[in-house]
Amino acid sequence: MSVSAFLTDPTLCIGCKACEVACKEWNGLPQDGLEWSGFSYDNTRRLGASTWRHVLFLEQPRALGPQIAAAEDPFRWVFLSDVCKHCENAGCLDACPTGAIVRTEFDSVFVQPDVCNGCGYCVVSCPFGVIDRRPDDGRAFKCTFCYDRQKAGLVPACAKTCPTESIKFGTIEEMEQRAEARVAELRERGYSDAHAYNAADTSVGRTHALFILLGEPEAYNFPPAPDAPAVHLRSAWTMALVSAAVGFLILCLAFLR
Amino acid sequence: MSREANPRSESRLDAIREEATRTGHVAGSGLAASASPTPSSSPAAGYYGLPLLKAPVWTWEVPLYFFAGGVSGASTAIALAARIAGRAPDLELAALWIALIAALICPVLLIADLGRPSRFLNMLRVFKRQSPMSVGAWTLAGFTGVVIVAVVADEAMRAGLAPAFTGGVTWAAEILGAALGLVLLSYTAVLLGVTAIPVWSENRRLLPTHFVASGIGSASALLELFGFLVPATQMVGFIVSAWETLVGASIELRARAVDEPLRRGRSGWAARAGGTLAGPVALLLRIFEGSSPGGRELAAACFLAGALITRYAWLWAGRASSANPRALFDLQRQ
Ligand code: SF4
Repeated sequence: MSVSAFLTDPTLCIGCKACEVACKEWNGLPQDGLEWSGFSYDNTRRLGASTWRHVLFLEQPRALGPQIAAAEDPFRWVFLSDVCKHCENAGCLDACPTGAIVRTEFDSVFVQPDVCNGCGYCVVSCPFGVIDRRPDDGRAFKCTFCYDRQKAGLVPACAKTCPTESIKFGTIEEMEQRAEARVAELRERGYSDAHAYNAADTSVGRTHALFILLGEPEAYNFPPAPDAPAVHLRSAWTMALVSAAVGFLILCLAFLR
Repeated sequence: MSREANPRSESRLDAIREEATRTGHVAGSGLAASASPTPSSSPAAGYYGLPLLKAPVWTWEVPLYFFAGGVSGASTAIALAARIAGRAPDLELAALWIALIAALICPVLLIADLGRPSRFLNMLRVFKRQSPMSVGAWTLAGFTGVVIVAVVADEAMRAGLAPAFTGGVTWAAEILGAALGLVLLSYTAVLLGVTAIPVWSENRRLLPTHFVASGIGSASALLELFGFLVPATQMVGFIVSAWETLVGASIELRARAVDEPLRRGRSGWAARAGGTLAGPVALLLRIFEGSSPGGRELAAACFLAGALITRYAWLWAGRASSANPRALFDLQRQ
């Protein structure tokens, strides 16, 4: 058993979307809209029930690292392949009432399609907006971390196909170390806003999909400080039971008076 | 999902090209023009202003379930309070029947909302403390069974069938029913509060008080409409509509950015209309017309309508909140 992880590096990504295609092919995912977005070369727009890898295209008025850009008109194009984070404290897994969503031996978060009844509670519980219900199917779907491939000792399809190794795959410790080393290297080369996006110091805990980002996470639609919803269970239940008890006392008073 | 290209998106791309050629940049939802004549993503606008979170997939059945579950749970609490006081046996029986009928509607609504209704039994496949929906499903299942026992035992006792035994069973079933009913009444607030949707999760302390007041008020208002214009329901009516007035006022006066969906747009209209009907309108009707049966019935009807509308308002507010990444960034950057 190995505890595996992805590390996705935008400075190596060429925006070819081979990962998106490999994911669709391997997992037999249906198309979910042939639509021009007008947002750079990104017509996929977001992760969803039938899109488990999504390449973001950022166009920003900033210079790209050490590149020489017009000082008054800087510009950079950043590509990043987004994916389910496979959280240590996964909102979707905690929320799932049927036990369809489980933790695998690779420490990833897996939705069992033969158990899911499409209640939709995981959809509102993912702090990264990843999992969704497929309208024509009724069940919730997201990245499986290529559970089938990993079981057979293979690398997930997206990482396997990535021609530049922008998507790396290995043990979580190795990926965490490589992220740190790569950020240090990039900074040295002049990418002053390179940093590792890692939820490890939030309530979400360590994630099995690590990212290197250039600039603020907001521009990638990544939450800057995600929270696992379950951290609020205690306060919400306390308030609910106190309210209910007060309500009952008021009823008793009203009838006894 | 057609396999053909979407004509609306084709024409959108044409419009973007045309605008870029004409003005040198493109303005649009969350877009900031940069060096290139195309939209850009920025820390302020997020990724082209696209939603970060997924919208709730729940449809009209769910708010109606929140309402029915609230009425059902609160009715058993009213029945037990009436039984303890021992002064209103008819009201007690009516409350039990309301609880039973509402409880039987609940699973129908919940199953209809599932993506795979035929798999509804999977809800009882495991019990998960950390999932409010699992706790709720088990509570509803147990509650319905207990309420059936309570109604049968109470009717049997009144018919004089082994009154010592059926009377004891009624007491036991009503105590257990009220306990489960109070959970059924309030867990839906936890269900919303413990999510990633900002407007729900930031109101996780307010929501339970609102749902409890609204559920108890609705059950009591229904009893009034069935003719139980007793002092107890009047007093309950006063207290719950006063509370609903405070809830509405606090949302308006605190004026938090995260609560914007409760003040703007369709969800804002619904929240305000529902809150006003159940709060100030019902309260003023009781104060000025409370002595006449007609005035009280009108107040009860207003409260019921308001309670139902606010349930929908909260779902719609969740949808609006999920679509606005800006609100989430501001919260997390605080
Ligand atoms: S990112 Fe979302 S869908 Fe993926 S494991 Fe975490 S909570 Fe679940």
